[in-house]
This record gives sequence, C-alpha cells and structure tokens, in this order.
Amino acid sequence: MIRYVLAFVACITALPALAEVDIEEITTPGGINAWLVEDHTNPFVALELRFRGGASLDPEGQRGVTNLMVGLLEEGAGDMDSRAFARATEELAASFRYDLSDDTVSVSARFLTENRDAAVALLRASLIDPAFDQPSIDRVREQVNSVIRSNQTDPRRIAGRNLDELVYGNHPYGSSLNGTLETVADLTRDDIVAAHKAALARDRLYVSAVGDITADELTALLDDLLLELPAEGTPLSGTADVNLPGGVRVVEFDTPQSVASFAQPGIKRDDPDFFAAYVLNHILGGGSFESRLMQEVREKRGLTYGVYSYLADRDAAEIWMGSVASSNERVGEAIEVIRAEWARMREDGVTPEELADAKTYLTGAYPLRFDGNAPIANIAVNMQMEDLPTDYISNRNDMVNAVTLEDVNRVARELLSPDKLTFVVVGKPEGVISTIN
Amino acid sequence: MRKFIAGLILSLAATLPATAKDQVTTFTLDNGMDVVVIEDHRAPVVVHMVWYRAGAADEPPGASGVAHYLEHLLFKGTETMAPGEFSAVVARNGGSDNAFTSYDYTAYFQRIAADRLDLMMKMESDRMVNLRLTEQDIAAERDVILEERNQRVENNPGSLLREQKNAAQYLNHPYGTPIIGWRHEMRMLDMEKALDFYKTFYAPNNAILIVAGDVMPDDVRALAEEHYGKLPANPDLPERTRPQEPRQMAERRIVLEDARVSQPYVTRSYLAPERDSGAQEEAAALNLLAEILGGGTTSLLAEKLQFETQRAVSTSAFYRGTSLDDTTFGLAVVPAPGITLQQAEDAMDEVIASFLEKGVDSEQLARIKIQVRASEIYARDDVGRLANHYGRALTQGLTVEDVQAWPEILDAVTEEDIMAAATELFERNNSVTAWLTAPEATQ
Repeated sequence: MIRYVLAFVACITALPALAEVDIEEITTPGGINAWLVEDHTNPFVALELRFRGGASLDPEGQRGVTNLMVGLLEEGAGDMDSRAFARATEELAASFRYDLSDDTVSVSARFLTENRDAAVALLRASLIDPAFDQPSIDRVREQVNSVIRSNQTDPRRIAGRNLDELVYGNHPYGSSLNGTLETVADLTRDDIVAAHKAALARDRLYVSAVGDITADELTALLDDLLLELPAEGTPLSGTADVNLPGGVRVVEFDTPQSVASFAQPGIKRDDPDFFAAYVLNHILGGGSFESRLMQEVREKRGLTYGVYSYLADRDAAEIWMGSVASSNERVGEAIEVIRAEWARMREDGVTPEELADAKTYLTGAYPLRFDGNAPIANIAVNMQMEDLPTDYISNRNDMVNAVTLEDVNRVARELLSPDKLTFVVVGKPEGVISTIN
Repeated sequence: MRKFIAGLILSLAATLPATAKDQVTTFTLDNGMDVVVIEDHRAPVVVHMVWYRAGAADEPPGASGVAHYLEHLLFKGTETMAPGEFSAVVARNGGSDNAFTSYDYTAYFQRIAADRLDLMMKMESDRMVNLRLTEQDIAAERDVILEERNQRVENNPGSLLREQKNAAQYLNHPYGTPIIGWRHEMRMLDMEKALDFYKTFYAPNNAILIVAGDVMPDDVRALAEEHYGKLPANPDLPERTRPQEPRQMAERRIVLEDARVSQPYVTRSYLAPERDSGAQEEAAALNLLAEILGGGTTSLLAEKLQFETQRAVSTSAFYRGTSLDDTTFGLAVVPAPGITLQQAEDAMDEVIASFLEKGVDSEQLARIKIQVRASEIYARDDVGRLANHYGRALTQGLTVEDVQAWPEILDAVTEEDIMAAATELFERNNSVTAWLTAPEATQ
C-alpha cells in the first residue's frame, strides 16, 4: 500500500454532502427521534444507535467497566447464553456490533427484510435484557486483560496512552478505556449492571436507519426496540482541562522505529472558524500526499511511511493531533521538520493554489462517502450528535467553499502554536532529549 | 466480544464471499486486457481499478520487495506527468487513490465522481507504459519502504513471527519471501531492478480493468478502447510458473522470543490446496471448515477451549483460498493465563482429533450456509468489495464464471466433503507450528 489507511479520521466531524440523500425526520409515539433514509434497492436495513457518554461515564475507581459491559452485550440475553445468542444471530444472517469510544456507545445492526422482526427481537434482548452471567464476565474479562497486556508493549499504543495521560491527567480521557489489570480485576457483576443502566439510556440516544423500511415500519420498530431502556442515565462529565506545555517527552522502549504522537490546542466543531481550521489542517497534514507534512517529511526526505495531523473534537475537549513513525536514528530530524512546518504555516499561511486545491478535494470527496446503507446510516447518526440539520448535507460544500484565504491564514496565526506543540516519542530516539518530566 | 484480537493475529476466520451476477458485465479488449464492469447506480461515484497479474511471488530471486517498491514508484512521474502529479490531479478532482501489492497481484485504484472516469483512464493507461524515474525518486522512496517495513514488521513481533512462519512453510516457492521484502534485499533495490519488473509485467495483456459504480458497460467499453485499447500487448510476457514445493517430509517448528511480547500465542499452518479454475470444490470445503473450527463464538475451537473449558482467551482459524499456488490453512490459540503454549497447542490438537472423530454438526453447517446465501444480498450494497473480489480472483487463476459459481459451490458442499478435505489437510508433516513468546524473566 502506498499510503497507510487512517483509522482515526472517524472522529473528525466535517460530514458528507450529496443532495440526493433524502433524510426523513421521525418522532415515534414513544418519543424516540430518528433519521430515516428509505432505499428499497436491497432487501436489508442498516440501523445505527448512539448513546452519548461512553467510557467517560466510568465511575471513579472502576476504569474499564463500561468497556467490559459493552463487550458483554453480545454474550447472551434473556434466557439465551452467549452461544445460543450467537447461533440465533447466525440463523437470521443478521449482524450486531457493539463498540465503545471515550464519548459514545455505538450499536450497529444489519438485518434482512425477510426476518426483520426476529432480528429486532434479538437485538432488543441484547440491549434491554443482557445476561451478564458470571462465566461470560470472567471470560470477557480475560479477553480485556489480554488486550491490556498486548497494548503495554505496542509502541503506537504506548505513545497514545502517554500523550493522553500528559494532556488530560485525571480526566477519563487521560487513561485507557480498557482500564488497567488492577481496575478490571475488581469489577463485579453489580458494577456492570450499574454501568449498563448508566450508559444505555434514552436521554442520550441518537438513531438513524437506512434501507428497505418505511417510516411507519421504523416507527413501530423503534418503540418496540428502545422504550424499555431507562429514560435517564448518569449525568455526562464536564469539560476536561488540557495540558499542552510544549516540548518532548521520551518514553524509552527497545524497538527499531520510534513512534511519535503530538498535539496542540484544537478548535470546537461549532466554532465559526471550524471550517477554516479544517481546510488548514487538510493542507498541513490531512492525510493526502499533497499535504505539507507528507511532502516535507516523506516525499522529499524519505523519513517516514506516514505523517498525519487531524482535529480531534471530543465532547469534553478539543485538541489538534498528529503522528509520525521514523527509525530511531532519524526520528529527531522528522520532529524538527514537523516543528518547522508548523512554524512556517503559522508565519506564511497557505497559498491561493493550495486553498483552491483543498477545496476541490474536500468538496469532491464529500459525496463519495455516501456509498452504501451502513455508511449513510453512520453519517446520519453522527450529524445528529453534532447537532447539524438534515439539510447540512446539501449546504456543507458551500460552507467549505466560503472559506477565504484571509480566514485560513488568520486562523493559522491565531490557532497554530509551535510553542505548545507537545511530542511524546516512544522508542530509542537518537539525539532527542526529554524536556517534559 | 469478538473483535479484540485484531492486533495479535491479522487473519481471522475466512470471510464468506459473495457475488451478484446481474450487476456484472465482462469483455476483453483486442490487446488482451480483461474488463469487468459492476453497476451500482445509487450514487454518482465510480471505483476505477487496474490489477496486474504480477506480485511479490513473480519477483526475480534476490530482489524481494521490488513489486511493492515499483507500486510506490508508479506515483512518481511519466513522460507527461511530474512526480506526485497523479495523486494531485485525483485530489483536485475530489477523488482519492491508493494501491496495494500482494503475492499474486499489484492493484491501483481511484474512487471519484463518475464523470471523471475518462481522466482516470487517461492517467492510469499513461503510467502503464510511460513511467519515468529519477535517481532522487529511487533513493527517497527506498527510504520510505524501509520505514514502512519498520512500521509493519520490525516494530511488531507478531509480524516477525508471521514472516518466519511463511519462510518455514515454503522451502522453495516464493510465498516464503515477504511481500514487502527482506530488509537486506530492500536496501539493494535500484532503478534497474524496478524498471526490469515494470517492463516485464506492466502491459495490457497482463492487466485487468475493473470499473464499479454509476457507469454503463457500453460507455466503459468505449473509454477503455480509447485509452487502454491503443496500448500494444507485450508479446514476451513470461508464463506464470513458480518453483513449487517439494514433498514435505517432517513437521516444522519455530519459536520466536521477543521481549516486546506481552501476549504469547501459538499458531499452526498447513499447506493446503487453493481454488482452481473449474475445480473449486475442495477449496469450498476448506472455507467452510475454517468457519466450523474458528468462525467465532459458535465455532468448535471456541466451544472446546473458551466455553467448555477456559484454556484460551481467543481462538481462530483461517484459510486463504484465493491464491495462484498452494496456500495455507491456519489455526491460532491465545492461551488463558496459567496455560503454557504447549498446553495450548495440545488443546488445539485435541479439538482437531475430536472433530475428525465426531464429524460435522449439521445444524452448525446449516447456519453457516444461511450466512453464505445472505452474503449475496449484503454484497450488492458494497460494490467496492465486489470489485476486489473479482480482482483477486482474476489475478489468481480464476475466471468470471468461477467467481459467479462460487456461492453455489459453497452451498453444495456436504458434510462428507468437509470431512474428506479435513482428513487430507490435517497431516502434521505438512505443517509449521509457531510459538510467539517473551524470553523467560531472569531473577
């Protein structure tokens, strides 16, 4: 592969825009709001549920409990144990995925029209009446422990964790949502049941559906599926303090290639300058070959396979992040070049050509995201979480095009702060000295 | 919880494939270039791909990694395009592009608005024959692929183990050499090696064009004839024969110790037949066998090692059926705390032995087949995946008819077929067993 495919772009919010996507807003008699895109081409539905809060709801001392709870949702429900639940899902050729991030519990379902009712009944059982039986708890706990152990010696994970710890301190963002071997060992069934009640509640729920279903059918389906969830969950945590002192922290780890994660303060999704910052980031390090960082660090100097930056807008904080990996002998040079590009961008801004190219790319790429039931459902539910209107899809490209050269260059001066650019380097980087203890 | 192990072992149980015949049109240009068109008119988007029947296993000895290196170099200039201009033009047209290299193929693709197909074909056909490289391109890009190797392999003991295991599995066939290349040979890659590979293999009669999305077959044919049809076939295209494996006389075992291992595991692969054109039945049986043994919570390995006993944290089985030459069937067990790798391996063998004795659970097989059938419906929603399926098949010795027959062949597999394939497969003398472990701590 000529370019590494980014796994982390999902948290960037500038969402897609093609006028053809016709979203219908629904409110069920039970009060559930949902967005529907009807498309009867293929006889199945993609359904996306999001519960705001996610791993940040972990109570003090119970780090990892939401993660363990979410891992258990597919491990049996009602009178079905783990394997009975899996067998029933297979017999329907349905698929249910349960995921967790710092801010969100995600449920992604896909089921055929021919057995939709049976599939929804199964999904319902997993959400409303999960078994949380002790053998499953113990089994999934060991799986989580295995992940925790693996991450302890993965340089990329070590870099991410150390940067989070430095930036967010005691806020939940500052530690892994998996928890530690110690916190996970202490979690009880009661803790898990409480975490379920805290996280899967209707007061933080967002829903979208795309595919072979009508508004009436979806309305009935959602009330049946969701009304027995608790009306209210645990209050969401407040904003996080962000510590970005600038400088470098080296974490010694014996491996041939150093991995560096870096960050500086970011910008909120609803800030009037967000689109200018988004375009600016695209030009600086947004993942394409043409970005300044890729050109300077990879194409001209061959210092890395990939270097990226992105705006990370979380519910409780926003930072501007990036990463690079270079062999121990050369990572020092890579970091110097990144710093220099950061400063150059702040001083000189972007050129009119760069801005024009970024706009054609960003506006042209937007409609390409709407390429299947599940991707559209995903976009639609994220738009709701960002508090965007349904017509955002048809207006979004206008907002990108409205960004002027003056906007981008003003935002570059105001927002880019080489002094606060903070690196965590994991490896045995030659000639790189820790300036942060 | 099923997805957690992704970081440890890349290949999970065989994913069940699918085709959707009525969306697909195929034809061949006069110069021998095959064309596959997959229609999906729901969004004005197109995926344009060119697949070459040339990959890492077609490299000359001593130049490992050159197929992948050349893939990178194709993003440099041609007679009429400056270095980097290809991707820049794609981006300026709102598209994205990338490429990938495997043992049997190298593929290039763009996703873009459907009305830009003409431009994509113009540029892709240009770099099929007009590549121009400078020594500066060669040197900087060699550093890039070495950093790519660092990132993917050197920094990851699981990848190092996989590399060693493949090398042990294939004594003679080039599948034993890593796609990205051995480090010492990558350092010696140069202009001449890259261009030799390019001139040998990059030609329309060694390529497959796949266009998927909002297009009409007749329009694709007209554009393809205009851009690709004018390129001359390479009359000297070598026949695709690689050195084959000798009879394996003894099982092979490796232990990789690395201080960076915090979650040990054991994995074993067996040499196995691949899908052959007109004869995919045994491969179909092996595909279902992988599902039966390691396809998630309801599989036999999970049942015996994670549910009835708690000897494993996770288990998996994998079979890479689409392959030009002999492939592998694999199993992996991540032991629970307190279980040694030897105990984990013994437990794995226990499951195989008990399966060979007791046979297939018909209910489990019925459930797997339901999913095979449903996968045809879900596949229609994802033309990109469908395009990949055709590309992989057509570069690995299969025909369009083989691809379209595959779901029916899977559906027709009987319990007896699976047992016969399993009995043939599970021969320890055809296997490599690999342990990944940390060095024992010294007091």
